[in-house]
Amino acid sequence: MLILECPYCGVHAEETELHAGGEAHLKRFGPGSSDDDFENYLFMRENPKGVHFERWRHVNGCGKWFHAARCTMTLEVFGTYSAQTTEPPKDICDKISAKRPGWSWRNFS
Amino acid sequence: MKRYSIFAVAREAARYHTGWDRAWASPEPKKKYDAIIIGAGGHGLATAYYLGKNHGIKNVAILEKGWLGGGNTGRNTTIIRSNYLQDPSAAIYEKSRSLYETMSQDLNYNVMFSPRGVIMLAQTEHEVRGYLRTAHANAQQGVATEFIGPEQVKKLVPIINIHGPRYPVLGGLWQARGGTARHDAVAWGYARACSDMGMDVIQKCEVTGVRRENGRVVGVDTTKGAIDCDKLGIVVAGHTSDLAEMAGFRLPIESVALQALVSEPIKPCMDVVVMANTVHGYMSQSDKGEMVIGGGTDGFNNYTQRGSFHHIEETVRALVETFPMISRLKMLRQWGGIVDMTGDRSPILSKTPVDGVFVNCGWGTGGFKAIPGSGWAMAELMAKGQSPLTDEFSMWRFREGKFIDESVAAGVAH
Repeated sequence: MLILECPYCGVHAEETELHAGGEAHLKRFGPGSSDDDFENYLFMRENPKGVHFERWRHVNGCGKWFHAARCTMTLEVFGTYSAQTTEPPKDICDKISAKRPGWSWRNFS
Repeated sequence: MKRYSIFAVAREAARYHTGWDRAWASPEPKKKYDAIIIGAGGHGLATAYYLGKNHGIKNVAILEKGWLGGGNTGRNTTIIRSNYLQDPSAAIYEKSRSLYETMSQDLNYNVMFSPRGVIMLAQTEHEVRGYLRTAHANAQQGVATEFIGPEQVKKLVPIINIHGPRYPVLGGLWQARGGTARHDAVAWGYARACSDMGMDVIQKCEVTGVRRENGRVVGVDTTKGAIDCDKLGIVVAGHTSDLAEMAGFRLPIESVALQALVSEPIKPCMDVVVMANTVHGYMSQSDKGEMVIGGGTDGFNNYTQRGSFHHIEETVRALVETFPMISRLKMLRQWGGIVDMTGDRSPILSKTPVDGVFVNCGWGTGGFKAIPGSGWAMAELMAKGQSPLTDEFSMWRFREGKFIDESVAAGVAH
């Protein structure tokens, strides 16, 4: 069972307390953008075997959205961090690099 | 290939079963094939089979990284039905269901197709309206289904509780010609038939790269060396994103875990398949007597082939209310498979940006029922570059806004 630490209230919450919110750090495109950008934004999702960044909501707890870094092959959690950011923080990236050298996800690595 | 028949069984019985051939060969890969199919699950093997049978393309290899039928083909709950809402879905699933009816004869392999009937329970007013609409759509599409009332449901499924306080049974969508089949036998039967046509089913051979020249596929790199090909079919369910990346394009797919479980075997008590989509549970009884139960998917990306325990709890909790007698059953085994979900919950059978590469994926939680139809359509697509069954299932339908929206029609248990 997946256990994530909510970065806001500090609770180690297990899955039934959380709601998965899909890919993290999406760049949004609206009216006036190209077909490619719009298609990518709406439908194309990262689906990596390995390191993945996601949004989660502590739905049966403090109710706040946050980010998590996780491995989709082992369900190992590398860390959770605030929703108020457009990229994973350096300490999380360093933690991942220590465990998965050479990882990359979208344009982060 | 020696045909299987009652005479063959009698002959072999008389000589202590010493004369059976291996059902399929395990050759080393050749240097080049006309077509390579990646993935020796049901869909991949069916594609290869119909390439040979319908289109005369027999210089084909089917590459499998694990063992034959060891992915979702061997992990599903074996339900076969075609009561879909949208026309393109009804066409391909009904083709598939009709091919299941004669599959044992076609393949000379007993796939134990059992058209015992499938009920999709309507447990909310919304579902009643939804299924009435589906029943009308099916009448237009030539798919035999009907909406039946709660008393008829009770008659078909005596063990059901139609007066549940929380999930009452208000009716059901009944497809009498739906049912189940033996999932392993489907893979084995196709493999035997492919091998008999001279095709190479190569197991433990993982594809590690897709070689391209001038925007066209020329071959694949594998753990057994490089193999050339003119055409490549990617038929790998949950691992499609990975293969697509090797070929240099992206697909709108996310891979999640779907679970199933079986109970201890009991005496026959339910001779139809029951699906309860409101509560994400479906149940049938296998020939061994086990109650085969399927649940909903997890909400997050996952490649581990095991799912979250609380989903099983939710499924079983809801089913216990609808089928009170199963509360005393012990559950024997639980497992998970990785399913490939698209945005509109409909599959992708399509050409790709790379010439000569075709994909067949996105069957999500309901791929088993589609195996023969999917193979039939994919083979036509690969052989001719076009098939009336796959036109609507292009990978470009998302950008064009031409969804085949079954997520509304079929819910999660799809």
